[in-house]
Amino acid sequence: MSFLDLSGLRKSYGANAVVKSFDLTVEKGEFVSLLGPSGCGKTTVLRMVAGFETPSAGTVRIDGQEVTGLKPNQRNIGMVFQAYALFPNLTVAQNVAFGLKIKGMPAGETRDRVADMLRLIGLPEMGSRYPFQLSGGQQQRVALARALAPQPRVLLLDEPLSALDAKIRVSLRAELREIQQKLGITTIFVTHDQEEALSISDRVVVMNAGLAEQVGTPFQVYNQPRTRFVASFVGTLNTVEAQVLDAGAGRLAIHGAAVQMAVPPGTRGKVQLALRPEAVHLGYGVDGDVVLPATITAVEFMGSVIRVRAACADRIMALDTFNRPDTPPPVVGAAVSLSFKPRDLILLEG
Amino acid sequence: MRRFWSWSIVGLGVVYFFLPLVGMLEFSLKMRRGAYSLDAYASVLADARFRATFGYSAVMAALTIVLGVLIVVPTVFWVRLKLPKLRPVIEFITLLPLVIPPIVIVFGYIRLFNTSSWLPLTGSTLGSDILLMIGYSVLSLPYMYRAVDTGLAAIDVRTLTEAAQSLGAGWATVLARVILPNVLVAVLSGAFLTFAIVIGEYVFAALLDRPAFGPYLVWAGGNKAYEPAALAVMTFALTWACMALIQLATRFSRHTRMQPK
Repeated sequence: MSFLDLSGLRKSYGANAVVKSFDLTVEKGEFVSLLGPSGCGKTTVLRMVAGFETPSAGTVRIDGQEVTGLKPNQRNIGMVFQAYALFPNLTVAQNVAFGLKIKGMPAGETRDRVADMLRLIGLPEMGSRYPFQLSGGQQQRVALARALAPQPRVLLLDEPLSALDAKIRVSLRAELREIQQKLGITTIFVTHDQEEALSISDRVVVMNAGLAEQVGTPFQVYNQPRTRFVASFVGTLNTVEAQVLDAGAGRLAIHGAAVQMAVPPGTRGKVQLALRPEAVHLGYGVDGDVVLPATITAVEFMGSVIRVRAACADRIMALDTFNRPDTPPPVVGAAVSLSFKPRDLILLEG
Repeated sequence: MRRFWSWSIVGLGVVYFFLPLVGMLEFSLKMRRGAYSLDAYASVLADARFRATFGYSAVMAALTIVLGVLIVVPTVFWVRLKLPKLRPVIEFITLLPLVIPPIVIVFGYIRLFNTSSWLPLTGSTLGSDILLMIGYSVLSLPYMYRAVDTGLAAIDVRTLTEAAQSLGAGWATVLARVILPNVLVAVLSGAFLTFAIVIGEYVFAALLDRPAFGPYLVWAGGNKAYEPAALAVMTFALTWACMALIQLATRFSRHTRMQPK
């Protein structure tokens, strides 16, 4: 049996169903991210796990115990919020000790545990400071220590990095993952940032309009998106329309160019295919590649990577090439050929 | 030139406000013929009725503050957290004591809680004191509510509450250990305003026949010459001391220098 089991979760406000039907099982020690755009229901799912929202239907089980009807303070769940939510009247040490005192832990043990937690987050000397004396990144570390101190069964992270600047965000997410792995705590992480979700998760749940569109490892979600939404939300995506010539033989045509790829038997007419920018190349490629004529419309120099946009028939295709110090980037307006391998094409379901 | 006129208008305002006070202060010091003295103040302080009425009103003010805090803090907290749509209604209710004259309220009380009613509070000293305390709480409601509401607006009530709950805190703990300490300055502001209102209140105390400071002030005004001026100066000083304490509490509250929500 899974450690955390969300079954048939639904949340409606009147006629508006924010979460339609959500099922997820999480193993002990697993780090799962709920990824999706604003309003997709990811935070509502998290809040139902925490007990701040009562599900309209469905159950939440933690370690075999049904907690759906329990109050938030009876669930033994740690939560970190986007807005830090440190108690401003308490020092860092008092904040971390808050949950321990409520649990009735003796003063000596509490002191030791607080010291351990502050060492864990790399702020052992900050115990006597007040939250207003800390930077955003430090405050969020303290919030993490406070959530972890009472040894919760599950750790819930509600966009904890969103309020931080880019550099701190990257370093803190690595720290977050390291701490999570060190403690082996089951964690659910809500984010709308795909890079964040892909970089630190064991599995990613891509949500859209109150439903989980795909659940899989970051590699699966990125490389084998099941729906058009997942493909477009996770990473940049080129969509290409293809005409099925012979489904059985796997023969398709993209803008007149013949393509050989497997499609479900009986598929007819037009299908939508997806292609990642890194799978498209400038030039003719090798035998067997699909080659399409195009005109460069934009060039974005991003350091190690150069993103090129090219008009190809009625669409704009994006492609990524690595920067080479000895080769200048392509010029806007140049006529080029785009090539890609048929095996990199992804057939979209929805 | 514009600066000159600006300062002139400020100066006029200061003179308009302070001149009567200076006059009153000067008069209060003239009890001894031909010399300034503190005789009027000594006379007031030596009066047993002054000490008794002031002590009574101070105790009533303290009890009113406790009752006000017990009613207002959980109410504002709950309205902000769970019933935000009710906020305009609650605000309207809290403003009613400003538009309904105290005499109407106290007559209502007397009619409802007289000795032949189902709850004869006016029939005993304790009952009248309770009624007076409740009346004072109603009078101070607009000030206490606004002070606490402003205090709660400065913190992220929902997230702090949820953070505390996720750490195992129940509602009472959330209120006592998270919310109240973070709105303490606001509560103190409300408390000092309440104290200032209760100390000088006349209508409730007089009609409920309680030995409060307000009726004493009126009695002294009708029966003595210099002492009422001394009493007025003392009352002013007390009110200003309350205001200064509000400022002091704000300054010494370290955590209020937190970043906005």
